[in-house]
Amino acid sequence: MFLIHCPHCGEAREEEEFSYGGEAFIARPGKPAEIGDEAWGDYLFMRKNPKGWHWEMWGHATGCRKWFVVKRHTANHTIAGSWTLTEGRKVYDAEATS
Amino acid sequence: MSGIVNKDYSFWSLFTKGLRHHEGWEPAWRSPEPQKSYDFVIVGAGGHGLATAYYLAKEHGAKSVVVLEKGYLGGGNTARNTTIVRSNYLWDDAALLYEHALKLWEGLTQDLNFNVMFSQRGVFNLGHTLQDMRDIERRVASNNLNGIDALVLDAREVKERIPLIDTSKRARYPILGASLQPRGGVARHDAVAWGFARGASKYGVDIIENCEVVGMDIADGRIKGLETTRGYIGASRVGCVAAGHSSVLAAMAGIRLPLESHPLQALVSESMKPCLDTVVMSNAVHGYLSQSDKGELVIGAGIDHFNSYAQRGSPHVIEHTAAAIIEMFPMFSRLRMNRQWGGIVDTAPDACPIISKTRVKGLYFNCGWGTGGFKATPGSGHVFAHTLAHDEPHPLNAAFSLDRFWSGHLIDEHGAAGVAH
Repeated sequence: MFLIHCPHCGEAREEEEFSYGGEAFIARPGKPAEIGDEAWGDYLFMRKNPKGWHWEMWGHATGCRKWFVVKRHTANHTIAGSWTLTEGRKVYDAEATS
Repeated sequence: MSGIVNKDYSFWSLFTKGLRHHEGWEPAWRSPEPQKSYDFVIVGAGGHGLATAYYLAKEHGAKSVVVLEKGYLGGGNTARNTTIVRSNYLWDDAALLYEHALKLWEGLTQDLNFNVMFSQRGVFNLGHTLQDMRDIERRVASNNLNGIDALVLDAREVKERIPLIDTSKRARYPILGASLQPRGGVARHDAVAWGFARGASKYGVDIIENCEVVGMDIADGRIKGLETTRGYIGASRVGCVAAGHSSVLAAMAGIRLPLESHPLQALVSESMKPCLDTVVMSNAVHGYLSQSDKGELVIGAGIDHFNSYAQRGSPHVIEHTAAAIIEMFPMFSRLRMNRQWGGIVDTAPDACPIISKTRVKGLYFNCGWGTGGFKATPGSGHVFAHTLAHDEPHPLNAAFSLDRFWSGHLIDEHGAAGVAH
């Protein structure tokens, strides 16, 4: 149990207000008909599930009902930050290239 | 420590050791130094891993087997579950796998010469809505076709067998009936780990505790060995049975798994006089409980929905379960809880395990048991040992390969597995 900052509402609220959306930034393959079963299965089911920093989706279910991304440590629940999907993507990409 | 002889336990050994004030008992398993290499390396000394090693040595004649454990033996989910054993699953593949395990449970104490305290006190799965009851009818019919004992009870019959339960119509979620598997029950979780460890050790399996795998040596698509905190250990075949940490191990081999790790909580109450002689589970209101031999209620709660490797869960999950238990058993409302804890479960998208080869030759995974692996412990080890020994799945775990997530042959057991175990 922890507090999550909703970037849309601008407030840190209890985790119970939110619904969890799993790993963030999983891209749906552009042309599903042209990729193999393995690539499609990978998209649907395979997850990083890291023990460490995890980029994940949260929805403010009992608040503004909007979705956003959170970077959270799965071993100790420390939250590095939360962003709107667009802003989060920039931070995520910058981390990936650095 | 090494070189001890595991003499069989018996009434006679208890009696004679008793005459000598119980001095002279030997350790139940050896704790040798790791060798440079092994034919079979099992990663994870929980119930499933130890069972795998035991059956590898006993049934497949494997001479060179080691079980590596990051912490201490049986200290993970084996020590943290609510010990329920049943096999009343809906689909053939799952039902036959769990029934295989249940049959092994029935002879396990004799086989291991170690009392695992398997108590077939019956398992009730409650139905609270008409749809619950339709699902129960369907599952029981399916169980019967698979040769698994199961029957449908109405609310009156449930009340007759569990007098404490509230079957009145004024309940928020009234109990309309239940399925009952009479052969289901509970076992002593620690004894299962210890019994398999002792049995495996007797057949020459090395068990190395405090030895964490930190890397995998893979060349030409084949596993060569493992980097561990106690040095490099060469291996021909490696079986990973690491429950919540399976994804961490898989990442070392560059393999992706369809798993998410979540904390699952359980709690036990203070001890009281015997009042509940069976196992009661409710998926709908989400609570399941039994009474231990010590008199404590053993209560299973739900998972936290976010990914986590922290072995603790959120208080609101427990609150939810406590509310459900009090709803079903108003008498327990003033019962105090003694302890509460969490374990990390690896949940798969279809609530079924993965017992599979991988694209790395010689590397196998047994994972994805999610919230309900304990019941399968002997069966899981038995078929996984076969998979490792023959490099081919046992007929009972062929359907549980990793390929099913690409082929689409999922085994959707959310109904029978769900979270309640």
